[in-house]
Amino acid sequence: MTTNMRYKSRIPVKTEESTEEKQYVGFATLPNQVHRKSVKKGFDFTLMVAGESGMGKSTLVNSLFLTDLYKDRKLLNAEERINQTVEIIKHTVDIEEKGVKLKLTIVDTPGFGDAVNNNECWKPITDYIDQQFEQYFRDESGLNRKNIQDNRVHCCLYFIPPFGHGLRPVDVEFMKALHEKVNIIPLIAKADCLTPNEIKKLKDRIREEIDKFGIKVYQFPECDSDEDEEFKQLDKELKECTPFAVIGSNTVVEARGQRVRGRLYPWGIVEVENQSHCDFVKLRNMLIRSHMHDLKDVTCDVHYENYRAQCIQEMTSKLAQDNRMESPIPILPLSTPDVETEKLIKMKDEELKRMQEMLNKMQQQMHDKDQ
Amino acid sequence: MEESQEKERGIMGQEQGDQDQGQPASTNTQHSLTEKEEKCVGVHAEMEEKEREKGMEEGEMKKEMELEAEVKVELCQSVPGLQMSFIRGTDLFGYVGIEAVLDQMRYKTMKAGFEFNIMVVGQSGLGKSTLVNTLFKSKVSRKSCTPNYEEKISKTVKLHTVSHVIEEKGVKMKLTVIDTPGFGDQINNENCWEPIVKYVNEQYEKYLREELHITRKRRIPDSRVHCCIYFLPATGHRLRPIDIEFMKRLGKIVSIVPIIAKADTLTIEERQEFKERIRQDLAANGISVYPQKEYDEDPEERILNDRIRESIPFAVVGTDKEHQVNGNKVLGRKTKWGIIEVENVAHCEFANLRDLLIRSHLQDLKDVTHNIHYETYRVRRLNESNMNFSELGLSTWLLENGTADKCESESHL
Repeated sequence: MTTNMRYKSRIPVKTEESTEEKQYVGFATLPNQVHRKSVKKGFDFTLMVAGESGMGKSTLVNSLFLTDLYKDRKLLNAEERINQTVEIIKHTVDIEEKGVKLKLTIVDTPGFGDAVNNNECWKPITDYIDQQFEQYFRDESGLNRKNIQDNRVHCCLYFIPPFGHGLRPVDVEFMKALHEKVNIIPLIAKADCLTPNEIKKLKDRIREEIDKFGIKVYQFPECDSDEDEEFKQLDKELKECTPFAVIGSNTVVEARGQRVRGRLYPWGIVEVENQSHCDFVKLRNMLIRSHMHDLKDVTCDVHYENYRAQCIQEMTSKLAQDNRMESPIPILPLSTPDVETEKLIKMKDEELKRMQEMLNKMQQQMHDKDQ
Repeated sequence: MEESQEKERGIMGQEQGDQDQGQPASTNTQHSLTEKEEKCVGVHAEMEEKEREKGMEEGEMKKEMELEAEVKVELCQSVPGLQMSFIRGTDLFGYVGIEAVLDQMRYKTMKAGFEFNIMVVGQSGLGKSTLVNTLFKSKVSRKSCTPNYEEKISKTVKLHTVSHVIEEKGVKMKLTVIDTPGFGDQINNENCWEPIVKYVNEQYEKYLREELHITRKRRIPDSRVHCCIYFLPATGHRLRPIDIEFMKRLGKIVSIVPIIAKADTLTIEERQEFKERIRQDLAANGISVYPQKEYDEDPEERILNDRIRESIPFAVVGTDKEHQVNGNKVLGRKTKWGIIEVENVAHCEFANLRDLLIRSHLQDLKDVTHNIHYETYRVRRLNESNMNFSELGLSTWLLENGTADKCESESHL
């Protein structure tokens, strides 16, 4: 009996367990699965840096990713610069940290803003961004979508010189040309020539002018209401700090008994990673540690979709003009014809036509039969 | 009547002559003027000759020609420095009182005061107004003088002139600061230097007209630009195309002093490299900045100027705020990592710039402007008008003198 009792007393426990097991489906492990898959696949990120030469772009990129991408760079002298046009140069580097691989592409824009006449000096840059979108659009609409290379620019760091009193005309024009194509993050370059008061004034001024000119820079996503207070506080601080005033350095100096990355002056040492000296740490955290994925998402969901919608609209309006038959799949503009796929598309078109005709005939026959 | 007039002009000539010699002590009258003593006497003859060169309203051509011939011979033989060795105090057998002329000069100069016109050129935000205020230790810039000053970028290059009279130890200086807001700020900066070139030439033209007047003023008001400070942003790389274009054009008509603005963003090594590259760029483009090598008059000056040439462009930091450092009040910029002392030579080269501009080469700048740049302009203008003096309202007999004038000034160049 006791055994029965014992057995009986166990049964309710067992049922409880089983109800729990029944209630527990197990999809909470999904993020972990995604995580494992992504780690295996690796991430890619494309970062563009734009600004006049001498703003410290290369130094900052080297400092951010602790690499030396610009080792043997030769500086053009002024004669060579007179005939220079804005170029686009890509550097790709594979970085790995704790098993996570990152394929980082840095798009550099030497020559921007350096000439005497800088009219439309941002055109090569907007063309490049559009090109990447177009290539992705083509790949996405193509027939083989397994290995699409994502070369779209996820983020553009724009370096504002600290010398001025705010945004200059060329800054405003550049940002307005690009704010709907890419996430712009404006930075105040070489911030070690400004005192804390001056930095504050300049930041306020720049924020004011960004609002005034209606420039849509990258906005940090709002915190969910269920995040903890600390996170919200950090987020608030981050938002109030834009545009970030940065200093870059890859040289190590001795400061306060420690070896830190910084710049050595006769009047003191600027530490790059000291939050009270500059906003480099905030930028790095934001760019890499917290918002990298969000940047990619916004690029995919907003900028790319805008581009795509625009593109399709243009194409359909062109089609209507050309008076061609409506096809279910939008036909891509044949600017860079890929002969194979073109042929395939033509073949499919004809097949469709034939099938349509056959259908019509059959329908007609049936109709006749009925009658 | 004529004699007394001549005497008066003689003294004027001395004044001018002294200025032509470029003696540094003229601005700082505290220094004893004895160092000028030696050169002064030798200078006298030269000055009379020069004086003859300019407007000649009295009809004393023959006499003047004689004097010219006499003095010319002397000059051709030797440099003023050697010339005066013939006339030393020891050769005179009594006290004549020649040295008293120094006091007379000093008195006259102090009464008359100096004029100095300085132009600042550079993109907005490079610290032009602050630097000018710091240099002259008073609020002389456009920023401090315009009632509703707003730091906006103007659409075209405008020239803005502000004049002040500042006084130190009894010496008055009429300082004019010419500001150029809007330079290099637009997207398309082509020809943004043209208003500036036009302004400089206009001032020369004004002076030329005054000089050629029949009844001209005793002291022609001098609004010519004596010095142009060009602000280079501290990028650390090289000269930009706009810098080269500007300096090429202006270097021929005015003395340019390039400086690296807001240099507290460059470490010492970066500063040296940047300067080296700038000097290379300047040489490669044939731009000559002040002090120009060709105008060094003697070895002493050459050594001094060589030292200056090795360190241009000066890396400058400017401010008008004071802070406490080691119990002293110093002008400086306070940051989280230290205080940048503006007048400390180990920190930046502001002191060198100030010494160059004010304490040692102020008179030289004026002289170079007067003797070289202005004369070049004058020669060009006179050639252009093809000796057609009637246009300028002068009688025809001066035509011959005009020719002679041209030859004299050419030989000086």
